[in-house]
Amino acid sequence: MGEGRRRPGGGDVNTIVDGFQWLVNSEHWSGSDGIPIRVWEHVQVSLIALALAALIAVPIGLWIGHTRRGQVVMVQLANVGRSIPSLAIMSIAFLLAVKLSPTVAFGFPPIVLALTLLGIPVILINTYVGIQQVDLDTIEAARGMGMSGRQILARIEVPLAIPLILTGMRLAAVQIIATAGLWALAAGGALGRYIVDGFALQEPDRIVAGAILIAVLAILADLAFSLLTKVLSPKLTSQDARRKHEEPEYRPAPQGWTAT
Amino acid sequence: MTTMISLEEVEKRFDGAAAPAVGSLSFEIAEGELVALVGPSGCGKTTTLKMINRLIEPTGGRIVLDGENVLDQDPVALRRGIGYVIQHVGLLPHRTIRENMATVPRLLDWEDARVASRIDELTEIFDLAPDLLDRYPAELSGGQRQRVGVARALAADPPVMLMDEPFAAVDPIVRGRLQEEFLGIQARLQKTIVFVTHDIDEAIKMSDRIAILNVGGVLEQYAPAEEILRAPTNDFVREFVGAERGLKRLALIKVGDLEIEDGPVVAPTATVEEARRAIDASGFDWVSVVADGELLGWVDRDALAGRTTVSEVTPRRFSAYVTARDSLRQALDSIVTSRTGVAVVATEGQHYRGILTLERISREIIS
Amino acid sequence: MTGAALAVLGQTDTQPLIQWSWITDNFDEIASRAVQHVWLTVVSVAVALVIAFPFAVLANRYRWVIPPVTWVSSILYTIPALAVIALLIPITGLSLTTVAIPLISYNILILFRNTLAGLDGVDADVKEAAIGMGLSRRQLLWRVEIPLAMPVIIAGLRIATVSSIGLVTIAALIGRGGFGQFIIQGLNEFFWTPLVVGVVLSVAFALLADLLLVLFQRLATPWARAAGVRAVAT
Repeated sequence: MGEGRRRPGGGDVNTIVDGFQWLVNSEHWSGSDGIPIRVWEHVQVSLIALALAALIAVPIGLWIGHTRRGQVVMVQLANVGRSIPSLAIMSIAFLLAVKLSPTVAFGFPPIVLALTLLGIPVILINTYVGIQQVDLDTIEAARGMGMSGRQILARIEVPLAIPLILTGMRLAAVQIIATAGLWALAAGGALGRYIVDGFALQEPDRIVAGAILIAVLAILADLAFSLLTKVLSPKLTSQDARRKHEEPEYRPAPQGWTAT
Repeated sequence: MTTMISLEEVEKRFDGAAAPAVGSLSFEIAEGELVALVGPSGCGKTTTLKMINRLIEPTGGRIVLDGENVLDQDPVALRRGIGYVIQHVGLLPHRTIRENMATVPRLLDWEDARVASRIDELTEIFDLAPDLLDRYPAELSGGQRQRVGVARALAADPPVMLMDEPFAAVDPIVRGRLQEEFLGIQARLQKTIVFVTHDIDEAIKMSDRIAILNVGGVLEQYAPAEEILRAPTNDFVREFVGAERGLKRLALIKVGDLEIEDGPVVAPTATVEEARRAIDASGFDWVSVVADGELLGWVDRDALAGRTTVSEVTPRRFSAYVTARDSLRQALDSIVTSRTGVAVVATEGQHYRGILTLERISREIIS
Repeated sequence: MTGAALAVLGQTDTQPLIQWSWITDNFDEIASRAVQHVWLTVVSVAVALVIAFPFAVLANRYRWVIPPVTWVSSILYTIPALAVIALLIPITGLSLTTVAIPLISYNILILFRNTLAGLDGVDADVKEAAIGMGLSRRQLLWRVEIPLAMPVIIAGLRIATVSSIGLVTIAALIGRGGFGQFIIQGLNEFFWTPLVVGVVLSVAFALLADLLLVLFQRLATPWARAAGVRAVAT
C-alpha cells in the first residue's frame, strides 16, 4: 500500500460515512462482485465449514466426555490446534491445494478445509467439557435405575451439555466468519474481497464497507446462536436457567480447556 | 478468676433485617475458661463469635478483651492476637504445613529462630509427625488438617481462641479423638476459649460453662454443664438439651468421685458355708471371689452346691468392670448388662475396689 | 483474478516449497520481522495485563463492575480483528496504533475475565481463615488470592498470547504483521518460500510461547503438583 500516495483517511467520521454510502449504492449490489454474491460466498464457506467442524468435533467430544478416556491427548491436541494463527492455517490449506491442483486452489475446498480445521478445537473442547461437567451422581443414579450407557448419553448427558455445545459452535462461528475474511488474501472471494480490493484500488470507502459487512455478519451469527442456546437449553429451575445462560456467555473459553 | 472477655449489651443488626441477629447480649468469660456457645440456627452464636475478632462488626454494645474494648483497636492487629479456627480449617493450600503454622508469627515479625522453635513446640504438643511439616495441605487427611488448624491458631501463643464448629467436618470417630486430644492440650495450656457448636453433647463434653442461646441472641442459660442438665431454667433449654438428661448428667460424674461399697467378697480359701453366709448377708444371690486383692470372678448358690471350699468352684468372670476414671453412665451400662446387677469397680490390673449399685448411682442424680 | 493466477501457476505447480537462497538473502528482514512480531505480542499482552489486572481485582470486590464490562466485551470480542483494523484505518492510518488498539483491547478482555475468574475461584474458607488470622486486605490479595488464582490467570495469559500472535499476522494487511508479512507476500506473489517461512515461524512462535507459559505455570504452582492435583483453569 503506497503510503506516499493517497492515504486513506480524511477525517474519521467522513470515511465511515463514506463506507455506509458505498453500501447503499445500488451499483454495488449487482454483478459478480456485488454485495449479495460476496455475502453469500462468505455465508456459504462459513456455514459449510461450521457444519463440517461440528460433525467431526461434536461426536468426538461426546465420546471422550462420556467415556472419560483420551482427555489428556485431546486437550493437548486442541490446545495446539487453537494456538496456530488462522492466517497460517489458511495459507497451509491453500498451498496444499496448489500442490495438488491449482484449479482447486482457487475454489472452495482449501478455504473450507482451513475454516473447518479452525472450528474443530473450540467445538471439541466445549462439547467435551459440556458432557464432563454433568454431575457424576446423576449419572450413577441413572445407571442404578437401569439406563444403558447410550440412553444416559442421549437422555441426560447431551441435553445437559447443549448449552456448552452451542456455545462452542457460537465461538467457532464467529472465528470462522472472521477468518473467511482472510480468504481474499489468497485470491479468494467473500467479503474480504472488498477490503483487499479497497487497498489495491485506494478506495477507503470500499475497505470500510467490507469491514462493516463482516462485522455485521459476525454479530448476527453470535446473536443467532445465543438465541438458539437460550431456546434449546434444558430448563432446570427458573433460577438455574438464568444462571446457566449467563455462565457460557461469560467465559471466552470453557473450563479446563487449558488444563495441563 | 479474672474476666478475660466481657460482652456488654452487644448487638448486631444486619441491613434490611427486621429483627437483630443478636440483640443486647451480655456475659463474661473468665481467663482460662472454655465456654461453649450453643443454640439452634439463627441464634447468633457464630455471629457473636465473629464479633469478638470483628470479622463481623457489632452495631451496638461493647466487647472488652483483656481490659481493652475491641472496637478501639485496629482489627487486623486485634486478630493477630486471637487464635481463630473454623470448621473447614482454611489452610493455605499453596503453603506447606510448616509455613501455614508460621503465618501469624511471621505477621508479627518474629525472628526465624523463634519461629522454628515454636513450630517444634507445637509439633510436640499436637503430636504431629515431623514429616508432615513439609507437605502441602492437600496431602493430609481431614483429621490431620483439623489438628494443624488448631496448632496454627495457637502458633503465636494468643491468650484467647475462637473456634467455630472446629470438629464438625470430620467423622464421629475422628471427632471423638480430636476432642480428647484438645481437652488434653487445653488442660496444659489453659487458654481462654469461645467454642461454637450446634452439638449439645460436644458442648457438655468440652466446656467449663455453656451459654445456651435462643433465636436473636437471647441468652437462656449460662452455667456449667452439670447445672444445665440438673436444673434447666426453662422449657427451651430443657428441650434443647434433649432427652435423657439423667444419663447425660451421669456421664459427667466419675466413678472415682463416689464412695464405693465393699460388696460381698470371699477369698478362694473360704468355705462354702462362709460364702453362703456372705451371700445371705448381702442381699444379692452371688458373691465376688477375690484373692490377695485380685478379682477372680463371682459365684452363686447353685455353683456352690455340693462343695466344701470356694476354691473348688471356678468363678464366673464379670462381663464388664469399671475403673475409677469411668463415668457413672458407663457404670450404669455395666449394671444393665451384667447378670449380677451391679457394676464391679476394679483397677486396670483387675484389683478389686468394690461395687456400685443402681440405687447408689441414682442417689447421685436425684436431689 | 483466478484466471490471472492460473496463468502464473500453470496447470501444475512445480515451484519448490523453499528456496534456501531466498532465506539467506533476506535474513535481515526475517530477523527484523521476528523482532516486530515478538515485540508487538509481548508489549500488547503486558499492557493489557497492567490495565486488566486492577479492574479484575476491583470487579472481584465490587460486583457491579462486571455487567457493563461483560456487555462491552461481548460486542467487541465478536467483531473480527480484520474488520476492526480495516475500520480503524481511516481514523488512525497505517500506524502502530491501528494494530495496537484491537490487539490490546482483545487482550484486556481475555485477561480481565480470566483474572476475575481466578480470584473468584479462591476458596472462601481459606480467605476467612486468612483474615481471621490477621492478614490485612493487601496481604490477603498478594499472599493468598493472587497466588491461588495463578493457574487461571496464566491460562488467560496463554490465550491472550496465542491470540495476539495470530492477530499480529493479520496486521500484515497494513504492513505491521511480523511473520504474517511473509505469508501475505507469498500469497500475493505466488512465491512459496516466504509463505512457508512465514507459516513455520508464526506457528513455531505460537507453540513455543504457549509451552513456555505452561512451564511457567508448573514452576509457579508447586503445591498443585505436590498434591497430584491438576491445576485446572477453572
